[in-house]
Amino acid sequence: MNRNYFTGQDVRRLEEKTLDIRHDVLNMIYRAKAGHPGGSLSAAEIVTALYFHVMNIDPNRPDDPDRDRFVLSKGHACPVLYSALAERGFFDKKELDTLRQYHSILQGHPDMNKVPGLDMTTGSLGNGLSVAVGMALSGRMKGQDYMTYVLLGDGECQEGMVWEAAMAASHHRLKNLIAIVDCNGVQINGWVNDILRVEPFADKWRAFGWAVIEIDGHDMRQVLTALHDARTMRCPTVILARTVKGKGVSFMEDNSAWHGAAPNAEQLAQAMREIEEGAD
Amino acid sequence: MALMATRMAFGHELIEIAKTREDFVVCNADTKTCGLEKFGTYFPEREFSFGIAEQNLVGGSAGLASCGNKVFLATFAVFASMRACEQVRTFICYPNLNVTIIGTHAGLQVGGDGATHAAIEDVSIMRAFPNMTVIQPSDAVSARAAAHAAVDFKGPLYIRLHRNPVADIHNPDTYQFEIGKSYPILDYGKDLTMFVSGILLKKAMDAAELLRERGVGVRVVDMPTIKPLDRAAVLQAAGETGAIMTIEDHTIYGGLGSAVAEVVCQECPVPMAIVGIQDRFGESGDPELLYRDNGMDVDSIVSKAMALAARKH
Repeated sequence: MNRNYFTGQDVRRLEEKTLDIRHDVLNMIYRAKAGHPGGSLSAAEIVTALYFHVMNIDPNRPDDPDRDRFVLSKGHACPVLYSALAERGFFDKKELDTLRQYHSILQGHPDMNKVPGLDMTTGSLGNGLSVAVGMALSGRMKGQDYMTYVLLGDGECQEGMVWEAAMAASHHRLKNLIAIVDCNGVQINGWVNDILRVEPFADKWRAFGWAVIEIDGHDMRQVLTALHDARTMRCPTVILARTVKGKGVSFMEDNSAWHGAAPNAEQLAQAMREIEEGAD
Repeated sequence: MALMATRMAFGHELIEIAKTREDFVVCNADTKTCGLEKFGTYFPEREFSFGIAEQNLVGGSAGLASCGNKVFLATFAVFASMRACEQVRTFICYPNLNVTIIGTHAGLQVGGDGATHAAIEDVSIMRAFPNMTVIQPSDAVSARAAAHAAVDFKGPLYIRLHRNPVADIHNPDTYQFEIGKSYPILDYGKDLTMFVSGILLKKAMDAAELLRERGVGVRVVDMPTIKPLDRAAVLQAAGETGAIMTIEDHTIYGGLGSAVAEVVCQECPVPMAIVGIQDRFGESGDPELLYRDNGMDVDSIVSKAMALAARKH
């Protein structure tokens, strides 16, 4: 496997991996009886592409100073990240059964001091891009060639601090910083553009000095291509990934009720079936 | 005697330290008016500008710290503690990152800038965060020494500095700053102990002289570390002098007075008096007038000390 390009075989391998990730996400939230399935499922392709193809990371050396960094700014989607880290071998998959439990390494929102391979504590929205700016500045200062990736939600971009960080990233010409926005269009109380419009979204990022790539965030080929192209830019790049909240589970899709709710046993069984069927 | 603001002494010393030590960086938000103005001129690779955006300043500092860098960030205490309050809590204190927050323009000493820029509640806020250490030098000597201690410190640290020049009190040849330690300054008897944090130390010393003339024997102790508090010093003061006064350029709610009272009321109950800002905002004016309005001038300290000593009997 070469991180610098991808083959059709890579695409098929990664698409299959998203099934494991989606299964994990639903199982974790079902067991925990709480969590955020909608925004975890919408980010499954993005996180899978990063952790199983694009990022330079080694489960045996989670603290390698030269590793690529990832910040899950939309920290509530941590089930998808926990699953990726476990599937990638950073910790035992059995830990996934302990999500949100007392003394679990898998807190309801990510804690960098508890989870091997987790680069930053997050959960409070709007903060991750700033942290990623700091990581990218550090890499450049020290002459390290790692990339810093940060995943945000589109609703999250209502936070003003996102734009403070966007301004800083282009001011400092951080071409080693790639932001991906999981544009699933839905936040807790409904459609993002009903609650507080973020459009014209691409224009906003361009006005802040970013290169913008717009893709279908569930098309693995587009995700991989965008992540590759973003690494060749001379400025910070944002990938606006159009996604579907709750992707893969019919009753969760585009439904804000599943932003932060756990399925019951029956719903879990149906969800698992639909994910399998969707793969065919 | 030369006058020097604690903020300038700290920043100048940090630049001096940076000439021989490469293991820290500085993040600033335009308001780096703490003697660090030239840091970027000398060390352009080690300074990062975040503009007038304090939340991003703190978040960016967290990112730099997560990559193994010791980070100093500088801004006004009001903005560090309140504009970026949650970022300090959740992205520095919770992950326990190695960031020193330099908060300047503390208390009523800010004077003319008025209430919006006078941080009167920053210690209460910073002290409430788990993992946070809080220190406040009393003069340029202790501020310089604190800079050295801060460079060697690991973890979240808040340093509260004042804007206007003050006279040196500590002896630069002998003073050694140790986080968590208090420093006896005067010992005129066993009637009460004054614990002081910050630049009001001189007022406490002047008050102690006047009280001595009136037959009231006071001990004065400089308490630069507000968290973790030097509990042993508080217990000793309670046991040996039987009454404790705290003095700080900060609201009476949540600062040094509260920290000392938490120890006193639980472990060594004795009469206490808390001298500080009286649950009101600052305003423009000569700091000395503002101190008098809040009962923080030398005469007020003397009369409050007399009343406190009388309560022992």
